[in-house]
Amino acid sequence: MEKRPQPSRRWLYLSPLLAVVVTMLAGGALFAALGKNPVEAIATIFWEPLFGEFAFYYRPQLLVKGAPLVLIAIGLSLGFRAGVWNIGAEGQYIIGALAGAGVGLAFFPLDAWFIFPLMVIAGALGGLAWGMIPGLLKLRFGTNEILVSLMLVYVAEKLLAAMALGPMKNPEGMGFPGSRNLQQYPSAHNADLIADTGMHWGVVAALIAVIFAYILLGRHVLGYQIRLTGQAPRAARFAGVNPARLALFCLGISGALAGLAGMFEVSGPAGQVSIDFNVGYGFTAIIVAFLGRLHPFGIALAGLLMALTYIGGEIAQSNLGLPSAAIQMFQGMLLFFLLAVDLLTNYRLRLTPRPETA
Amino acid sequence: MTAPLLAISGLTKAYPGVVANDSVSFEIAGGEVHALLGENGAGKSTLVKMIYGLVKPDSGTMTLHGAPFAPGEPRAARAAGVAMVFQHFSLFDALSVAENIALGMESPPPLRDLSRRIRDVSETYGLPLDPHRTVGALSAGERQRVEILRCLLQNPRLLIMDEPTSVLTPQEVTILFQTLRKLAAEGVSILYISHKLEEIRALCDRATILRQGRNVATCNPRETTAREMAQLMVGASLDVTARPARQLGATALDITGLSLASPNRFGTALKNLHFTLAEGEILGIGGVAGNGQDELLAALSGELRSAPGAIRLKGRPVGALGPAPRRRLGLLTAPEERLGHAAAPDMSLTENALMTGAEREKLLARGFIRWPAAQDFAERIITRFDVRTPGPGTAARALSGGNLQKFVIGREVLQRPEVLVVNQPTWGVDAAAAVAIRQALLDLAADGAAILCISQDLDELMEIADRFGALNEGRLSDIRPTHALTLQEIGLMMGGAHGMEVAHA
Amino acid sequence: MMDLSSISPILLLASIMAASTPILLAAIGELVVERAGVLNLGVEGMMITGAICGFAIAVNTGSPALGFLVAALGGAGLSLLFALLTQVALANQVASGLALTLFGLGLSALLGQGYVGIKPPPTPRLDIPVLGDIPFLGPVLFSHDLMVYLALALVTAVWAGLKYSRAGLVLRAVGENHDAAHALGYKVVRVRVLAIAFGGACAGLGGAYLSLVRVPQWTEGMTAGAGWIALALVVFASWKAGRVLLGAWLFGGVSVLQLNLQAAGVALPVEYLSMSPYLITILVLVIMSADRSRAPASLARIFHASQ
Repeated sequence: MEKRPQPSRRWLYLSPLLAVVVTMLAGGALFAALGKNPVEAIATIFWEPLFGEFAFYYRPQLLVKGAPLVLIAIGLSLGFRAGVWNIGAEGQYIIGALAGAGVGLAFFPLDAWFIFPLMVIAGALGGLAWGMIPGLLKLRFGTNEILVSLMLVYVAEKLLAAMALGPMKNPEGMGFPGSRNLQQYPSAHNADLIADTGMHWGVVAALIAVIFAYILLGRHVLGYQIRLTGQAPRAARFAGVNPARLALFCLGISGALAGLAGMFEVSGPAGQVSIDFNVGYGFTAIIVAFLGRLHPFGIALAGLLMALTYIGGEIAQSNLGLPSAAIQMFQGMLLFFLLAVDLLTNYRLRLTPRPETA
Repeated sequence: MTAPLLAISGLTKAYPGVVANDSVSFEIAGGEVHALLGENGAGKSTLVKMIYGLVKPDSGTMTLHGAPFAPGEPRAARAAGVAMVFQHFSLFDALSVAENIALGMESPPPLRDLSRRIRDVSETYGLPLDPHRTVGALSAGERQRVEILRCLLQNPRLLIMDEPTSVLTPQEVTILFQTLRKLAAEGVSILYISHKLEEIRALCDRATILRQGRNVATCNPRETTAREMAQLMVGASLDVTARPARQLGATALDITGLSLASPNRFGTALKNLHFTLAEGEILGIGGVAGNGQDELLAALSGELRSAPGAIRLKGRPVGALGPAPRRRLGLLTAPEERLGHAAAPDMSLTENALMTGAEREKLLARGFIRWPAAQDFAERIITRFDVRTPGPGTAARALSGGNLQKFVIGREVLQRPEVLVVNQPTWGVDAAAAVAIRQALLDLAADGAAILCISQDLDELMEIADRFGALNEGRLSDIRPTHALTLQEIGLMMGGAHGMEVAHA
Repeated sequence: MMDLSSISPILLLASIMAASTPILLAAIGELVVERAGVLNLGVEGMMITGAICGFAIAVNTGSPALGFLVAALGGAGLSLLFALLTQVALANQVASGLALTLFGLGLSALLGQGYVGIKPPPTPRLDIPVLGDIPFLGPVLFSHDLMVYLALALVTAVWAGLKYSRAGLVLRAVGENHDAAHALGYKVVRVRVLAIAFGGACAGLGGAYLSLVRVPQWTEGMTAGAGWIALALVVFASWKAGRVLLGAWLFGGVSVLQLNLQAAGVALPVEYLSMSPYLITILVLVIMSADRSRAPASLARIFHASQ
């Protein structure tokens, strides 16, 4: 095994595909071990939602599930490229949802055009603030942002529970936990822009984020500084980058995007603040970011693929009785294989190893 | 001379794209100080790694004491009596001297006994060391002593020394040579790797010269002139730098009371530095590695901030400014470490050109990168400085040391600096590239730029600098004109023998 | 109404010993891994895998001891995947650790399908005669199960091993400067793989202690961040074994105290009280991070022996 003088372009694009194929094989083996027909299971996950009998229902779901993943993953990818490891997107997602829903609920039952935009802003600011906490602590005290952002996920989850059971509980909910349903409050509802397409504002935001990130990374000096800091932090300081400020920017923007994702979710597909509102998008988005090679367009594709496994997994669950945990593991495996095949990008494998492998 | 201790015959080692050693053969006699001489990249390191068991040869044989010798790992080599002092020390900063030495031994005695033996041996050979000190806090010379002691405690038959004097003051070199002669007199053979010809002439009994992986000659260095050896080493007569006449102008850079703590745990703080640098002048700053050179460069580049007035550029206080605004004002720098500091290894040359060129070459338009302009800048550097590379899209790490260094220096020179600060501009660079880089600095000064050249290569500083000062434990010596300096004086400016007098008093 | 007098100091201290054991085990393992220069963020995943492995085996065989053994093997097995990625495939350690956690959470949920709501066989306490009867000290120190003492013994062994043994010296050397260790002929990758496996085994034990003793039952995601707290603990301890113990007791203390306060009916909603271990972790990180100097110098750097 030897290091390539330059990263291989070919493998840069091929390795995610290879990882998906290997994961399908390993996943098939896993499903077979669970006593399911592997071909049928894989087909159910990857084929049914797109081309099956009920595809008309599942295809919009692809956008509904893909949008938050892409939105969060775009933000994470900026940080990951700069060597800033925000893994607390799940928490920022929750806080964004709470802030957004909080604004909406505060205005209930007023009917006004400005409520939804205000909620969008509140959601972004909520996520931003939550994401900035690890950033500011890192800046001020040098704390590790990985651990702090992760701890804040648990704090946010507890806060979500407290809100769903306390201040945000639906006063007309007959004592059940959970807030009012925002889907029934038109001024705060993030409805499909075109009916039954799954095309809500979150999808639009995800698209904008993809394009924004593409321009930032490819054309703008800030994107260049992000890449430089990630690849050679010392060179970045020499070039004049302020690493602390850059980390703060990355954490802030990824927090804001995660917050937006949470806000669009709570006011749209989810509809209400409830104890089990968060379903792990913030963590799955980490896989999406890597699967997409931290590249905006790659992330868009990876987000759709991952949404597919969510939907296909649900179908497989109801049709074949495949446990939902199997899909979770399937996604985890994908990241594993992706990291493993990444080796091919930077190293060349020799078929005839020399005596010394050192 | 007795029968050969180590005989090397036809050793060959190829790496993809390059033959590091091509059928190298020579012999080392018992008690002999044998020089291995060659340029950077001539294959010296690969050769000694094979002897030390770190690399396996593709073909060829070695015999030690007449018996076949093919160490599979360093442990086997050490067991056979081969010990090695590395150029970039194989030491562990956070561990103590005794622990470091224990790590280099097969079956070290308990730490208390080991500490006593360290004291004994270190006194015998005039290498004073406290076994309980943390290695990270030692000077470069002391660190080398740790390496040497680690070897001596194993009673080696063959001691390999890789460029040992690059981290020593002239006085320390004298003491090292005394130690080595004493060892040789006791029958230990020494393989001495260097490219410093005068040292080899002073110390070695025989010299084997490597060029492009082949041994081109074996000679008696005492009977061969440095010029002859240099020709054998390089293979052609080298250009020498031409020193155009220069006019000193107004003060370009004024350092007043610059004091700075080091950001690194084992770094050196700068202590109350004062000096000025005139337009058209080259000021050489010498000193043993780790005496504040990196910190001085960081203080001037803007990576470390100081009081505004501590650094004045053409009268303007810039101490509190970051790297980008300093560049805008004309203060450019080139750090020592090419990969990861002066350049980003995985980025293309175009992206690396943008790294410091953004300000003065106007490669940005309202924050957006003008890629065509950046590529054009990279291409200009490549052409003007003869950087051998397929093109500006190549990753920096794919370039050889010399070519990347030409790119890094060229990137700054082409931006027409008012003041240019370079650290180790020709470190680890082949001779031809080193000449080209020095010439570029001389030409730049002739055009009126002020240049501060930090280097551990004294010959280099004597060749290009007008005045010389030395850093020693973060303090700067008096600054004196180079033409009147003797080696003895330079050594004292660098801090003499760093506490070694005690041992030889 | 709140009734603080219902909190018994003896029971409180005794349960701190038990409450601190899972993170103590996981943290001491991770400490060894980090001292070898590897950052394995997969502790949470290895812990929860250990939790379900230990639980399943203990339930099926009726032997908690066998459960713990298999939990250690499970954690170590999972950690070898990480070793494969980072030491052989040279993947980024942070990303690989995250992958390990995500994978471990999924794997454990899958394995744990049939085990929700079951009670495991009880792990016997060693009611040490004589010592256990000493008032106050007896119940606090001498009436725990074997794992509590095993954890303490492990901390002592790691401390002494790192400080005095040859293997410990080599491990520290590898973590400090892997290039120098390689130049001296030490097998950097081998040392690191062994350290990673040890860390995995410890995390597995810690997880099993949660599912078999602390809780004791199996629920998905039951580690609830304990693995991450263990990681924070290593930073808190400045990579020193003795201070890991101190930190584990602190965290054990906080979690026991907040449970007691919940039970005592403090006028704060449960959700806010249960935030406290995470908030304390952040607070401790803030206080301790000023001194990063003790971190092993090669931590999380990729080692590839070229030439």
